[in-house]
Amino acid sequence: MAQHTAHDNHDSHESHGSLKSYVIGFVLSLVLTIIPLVVVLNDMVEGTAAMVVLLVTAVLQFVVQLIFFMHLREEQKPRWNLMALILGIFILLTIVIGSIWIMTYNTVAH
Amino acid sequence: MWDSIKKFASEFFVTGDPLIYGADVSIGLTMIAVVAALTYFKKWNWLWTEWLTTVDHKKIGIMYIIASILMLFRGGVDALLMRTQLAVPNMDFLSPEHYNAIFTTHGVIMILFMAMPFMFGLFNLVVPLQIGARDVAFPFLNSLSFWLFFMGAMLFNISFVIGGSPDAGWLSYPPLSEKMFSSGVGQDFYIWGIQISGIGSLMTGINFIVTILKMRAPGMKLMKMPMFSWSVLSSCITIILAFPILTITLALLFIDRYLGAHFFTLDGGGNPMMYINLIWMWGHPEVYIIVLPAFGVFSEIVATFSRKRLFGYKSMVFALMSISAFSFFTWAHHFFTMGSGADVNAFFALTTMAIAIPTGVKVFNWLFTMFRGKISFETPMLWAIAFIPCFVVGGMTGVLLSVAPADFQFHNSYFLIAHFHQVIIGGVVFGFFAGLYYWWPKVFGFTLNEKIGKWAFWFWNAGFYICFMPQYVLGLMGMTRRVNTYGWDTGWWELNFVSTIGAFLMGIGFLFQIWQILHSIKFMQKAPADPWNGRTLEWSIPSPAPMYNFATIPHVEERDAWWEEKQRRAQGEAPKPLPPLEPIHMPKNSGIPIIKSAFWFAAGFGLVFNWLWLAIPGFIGIALSMLAHSFNYDTDYYIPVDEIERTEAAAKGDAR
Repeated sequence: MAQHTAHDNHDSHESHGSLKSYVIGFVLSLVLTIIPLVVVLNDMVEGTAAMVVLLVTAVLQFVVQLIFFMHLREEQKPRWNLMALILGIFILLTIVIGSIWIMTYNTVAH
Repeated sequence: MWDSIKKFASEFFVTGDPLIYGADVSIGLTMIAVVAALTYFKKWNWLWTEWLTTVDHKKIGIMYIIASILMLFRGGVDALLMRTQLAVPNMDFLSPEHYNAIFTTHGVIMILFMAMPFMFGLFNLVVPLQIGARDVAFPFLNSLSFWLFFMGAMLFNISFVIGGSPDAGWLSYPPLSEKMFSSGVGQDFYIWGIQISGIGSLMTGINFIVTILKMRAPGMKLMKMPMFSWSVLSSCITIILAFPILTITLALLFIDRYLGAHFFTLDGGGNPMMYINLIWMWGHPEVYIIVLPAFGVFSEIVATFSRKRLFGYKSMVFALMSISAFSFFTWAHHFFTMGSGADVNAFFALTTMAIAIPTGVKVFNWLFTMFRGKISFETPMLWAIAFIPCFVVGGMTGVLLSVAPADFQFHNSYFLIAHFHQVIIGGVVFGFFAGLYYWWPKVFGFTLNEKIGKWAFWFWNAGFYICFMPQYVLGLMGMTRRVNTYGWDTGWWELNFVSTIGAFLMGIGFLFQIWQILHSIKFMQKAPADPWNGRTLEWSIPSPAPMYNFATIPHVEERDAWWEEKQRRAQGEAPKPLPPLEPIHMPKNSGIPIIKSAFWFAAGFGLVFNWLWLAIPGFIGIALSMLAHSFNYDTDYYIPVDEIERTEAAAKGDAR
């Protein structure tokens, strides 16, 4: 009944992953949390190297979340979530890089 | 005991100014009158079940519009007070402190509590009807958005009788807005009022993106969608990317003030310029957020009243969507004078000039739509036509301001004030008025008096130019914004006096609009379903729209679906047989949004005064409301077929 009504559209079920994918995602995110903690707390690397480790594990963590918990790969076409994500990342980079650029040459701050 | 109460009251309430005492009395009397009227006419139950708990997008839209008109009144009174103070030199009408508070609240209220809810009101009233949907994607969330906005706006507004208004400018730049220089609670009212309503704005953005992407009538491909819905989509995309920046920036300012952090202070490694950088990353997209839907409104109106298809549909879509992305690349033009060097200023000057191009494309599209059309001049069209020259001049002065070296002269002068009032009044306010006049019959089911509407239009227009044209000149003569008075020797008073006259003419225009509405309610003229000979789906259903909007969901095959259908019928083609009626699935009303938002109000008020005994229960209440909603599975129902039949028959009977 009422298959055409718009309200039923958002009830249509997309895949929400399996137990296996959730376990893999959980383990991966734990590993990616432990690596930077161990590396930084034990002073295994310092300075730029520590920053690189932190940033790389953070970005990987982000990817794990998107794939295993946000089900980014399982979306049906048109892939609105993926488009929104790309636009969001684009704006995010604008904010970060733009702020660094503006504030670096800010004569008031120096 | 008595003394401590007196001491508390003297700090808690704003005292000393006769204008404020007058406001106290009128607020008290209005509240007593409203409560008495509701009790006398036994309307409490009606108010609760029909309005306060509603999830119907049309009713939420009406509440948004009413709230925004109240806010327009308050922001407008602020403006008239300022213009009175500036009418002649050395005026002693407002104290400097009071003047600071008034220009701050004028700016915040007009942008965040007038333009934004007016815009959301139009989204709610129009988008589901235009795309052939029965409600928005998330009706509960929609109600929650409205009540969060409302409570945020109320929290901001009570600051002028309780605790004291914010007075650090509409964007409250640090270091002035930091605890050291603004130790009162006004600044905290600012932060929490905007934060709470900001959550609502963000959720509305999400809601309408999903509604437009997922709930269009079958057959309505994106490129067949009416232009207003496109403009809503572009505006909402900008909302969901820009509003988080505002939330974070104000949260950091709050942490500075409340916990003594140093994000934006001059000491402790902070930098106030970072705040200015961040706030304009929201602030610049924000002006496009409010103006893009106005462009959508004009596109609908110009096509309807020229009896022509919109010229350049694809270029219009491209212009809207490219503005919503490019609006994120121009923010530094608000602080060229900060001194970030020639490279930064050159880049942002160029992006600012470039973003004028898609806007120019739109202006030509509207002109070509009118070209050789059968134009008629009803009130919505009058506002649309007045918009074009006004916005073009406002846009050109914007391009003048975007020339970075010249901006060092214009920056924070009345030239700037005149520029942004011209684009915001000429673009946004004219646009939203046009939209309200255009869709009024569909929403309320009766028509507005055209004659009084034309008086209002001419007062607004004449008033606008008389008010703001002198301000361009004043800016070039050296008058800076936010000055509360000036001397006879400056030579500014004649132009200021003229400007004040213009402001009051706009005030008279507003009174005409209120009179027009009251007059039209008294001499009720039932509106037909399609009063303007419209083009899009909302005109295919009765006025006012029944609660389920469409008895049967339409199938769309082309742009301007309703217009094409009318053409086919005029050529003698029989309308397609409608499929049999089916029970309609609808969302149930809920009291949780208003209750949860009231808890937000309590939490915000507690944090403003640093009363944790109020703030903590407030946050607990918010959490409990969320839990209560999570475990509520009784959220929807079906309207049976015979009820739909009765409603449709009644609507048809009315139309005859």
